[in-house]
Amino acid sequence: MTDLTRLTIAEARSKLKEKEFSALELTNAYLDAIDAANPALNAYVAVTHDKAHAMAEAADKRLAAGGAGALEGIPLGVKDLFATEGVHTQAGSHILDGFEPRYESTVTANLWADGAVMLGKLNMDEFAMGSSNETSYYGPVTNPWRAKDDNKALVPGGSSGGSAAAVASWLCAGATATDTGGSIRQPAAFTGTVGIKPTYGRCSRWGTVAFASSLDQAGPIARDVRDAAILLRSMASSDPKDTTSVTQDVPDYEAALGQSVKGLKIGIPKEYRMDGMPDEIEKLWQQGIAWMKDAGAEIVDISLPHTKYALPAYYIVAPAEASSNLARYDGVRYGLRVPGKDIIDMYEKTRAAGFGREVKRRVMIGTYVLSAGYYDAYYVQAQKVRTLIKKDFEDVFAAGVDAILTPATPSAAFGIADENMASDPVKMYLNDIFTVTVNMAGLPGIAVPGGLDAKGLPLGLQLIGRPFDEEMLFRTAHVIEQAAGRFEPTKWW
Amino acid sequence: MSVDIATVKHVARLARIAVDDADAERMTGELNAILGFVEQLNKVDVTGVEPMTSVIPMEMKKRQDAVTDGGKAADIVANAPATEDNFFQVPKVVE
Repeated sequence: MTDLTRLTIAEARSKLKEKEFSALELTNAYLDAIDAANPALNAYVAVTHDKAHAMAEAADKRLAAGGAGALEGIPLGVKDLFATEGVHTQAGSHILDGFEPRYESTVTANLWADGAVMLGKLNMDEFAMGSSNETSYYGPVTNPWRAKDDNKALVPGGSSGGSAAAVASWLCAGATATDTGGSIRQPAAFTGTVGIKPTYGRCSRWGTVAFASSLDQAGPIARDVRDAAILLRSMASSDPKDTTSVTQDVPDYEAALGQSVKGLKIGIPKEYRMDGMPDEIEKLWQQGIAWMKDAGAEIVDISLPHTKYALPAYYIVAPAEASSNLARYDGVRYGLRVPGKDIIDMYEKTRAAGFGREVKRRVMIGTYVLSAGYYDAYYVQAQKVRTLIKKDFEDVFAAGVDAILTPATPSAAFGIADENMASDPVKMYLNDIFTVTVNMAGLPGIAVPGGLDAKGLPLGLQLIGRPFDEEMLFRTAHVIEQAAGRFEPTKWW
Repeated sequence: MSVDIATVKHVARLARIAVDDADAERMTGELNAILGFVEQLNKVDVTGVEPMTSVIPMEMKKRQDAVTDGGKAADIVANAPATEDNFFQVPKVVE
């Protein structure tokens, strides 16, 4: 039998229906692959063998009875940020030590309701704060990709580094992820996978550990555009438990694939041509433009004048919201407690021991910019700039642009413990320079592989769409995918 | 704007994070790097611009003010480090 883990979700879905193999066989193939590979890759922080078996057996029963759901028997990995009932949920942090929620997040509940099988919880940067998966309490994830003739371990990107690495290394058929500033799209670009951050409000945030509530949005990471479309349809919903969840039907995203892009206007923002951008990124971008043109799209030069202010505004808004959201970790209601001489001492010692350096740094920045005397100068100013960033996009969409094409990241994957990145937190933040604008404006964005660099590492292109026009992103990304082909790492683990 | 060690210690107190002198010194440099980076926002002309309050225009969902959930005290305290009779236990706060 061929290796079942190499099948896409779409392929596995039809073969399960044709009874070529059972959901249990498919699940076992993935569990075996995880057990063999995880010591090298560290993509999973918890593997739920028993739960996976039980869910796969239940899926087989439904498949036999003919009542199969949209994801019946498909084995998925879940980012550690999603609450999963009775299962390890720690957001990659020490402070949530031992936390096993008594409830299920809406996004994962939607997946299980459609018949998907949970393989386990995926590693991530602590509280989704990071671009390399190195801030995880559980240690870094190793990218399944390596440069040509080089054994150096590379980061898979972050914060959804475990999700991207697991998808790229065939340790799950697809994965849930979240994106606050680029945490789906940057790791997708670093691993040759497809990741979509939907419009703010498309997926419920209920039961997802909060980082920055006005920016956080869940989405899938998958092997190809079709699989991403299949997963998003199940993940998205209207949820009465999340007041920012939109009341709007979820379309059949898969139906958008294969639709012509002839006559569509694709915007190319001049502000995304950054000083010092590697030639290879520029080359990739030009290649993407050529593919869209060949497919009949009209390429238009556009301007998004406030682009360069998105990252600094993000580093006020996101830490401010994080400092407020993370106030709940106090050693009283869940997780770690370090005893102290009084209650304040207990809080301070617990948070000092439970949070890692990057999380502390952001909580401190957030606390500072929200503190008396600085609120207007920092926070209000950043929220005003955010209004301008959103208006930039509204103006180009009003002028008839259907989607915007940009590079996904300013570089390919870099090394674990890169000294250049470690020397200055701002250098790491620059990874999100092309993705963070999309979160600030609440828009949908997809990262799709565009090619390999000279070292043989994957590079991604990003498409940005109008609010709730994810279908346009699947349609245009599929055209890129058809032209670029798909990219897989050479197995070394 | 930049911060000094005394400010960092004050902010750490507000954030309820214990820091020693070495932590505070290291954080001072890191926070100043970030504050230096965000300084460029002051160059943006925001005259007449409203600060963003909602990224996607939507009406806040409302429901009847009624009890819709409850009776799960054991679930709520299940993950707490110290409990007794479905209450959270904390160090003494009132003498």
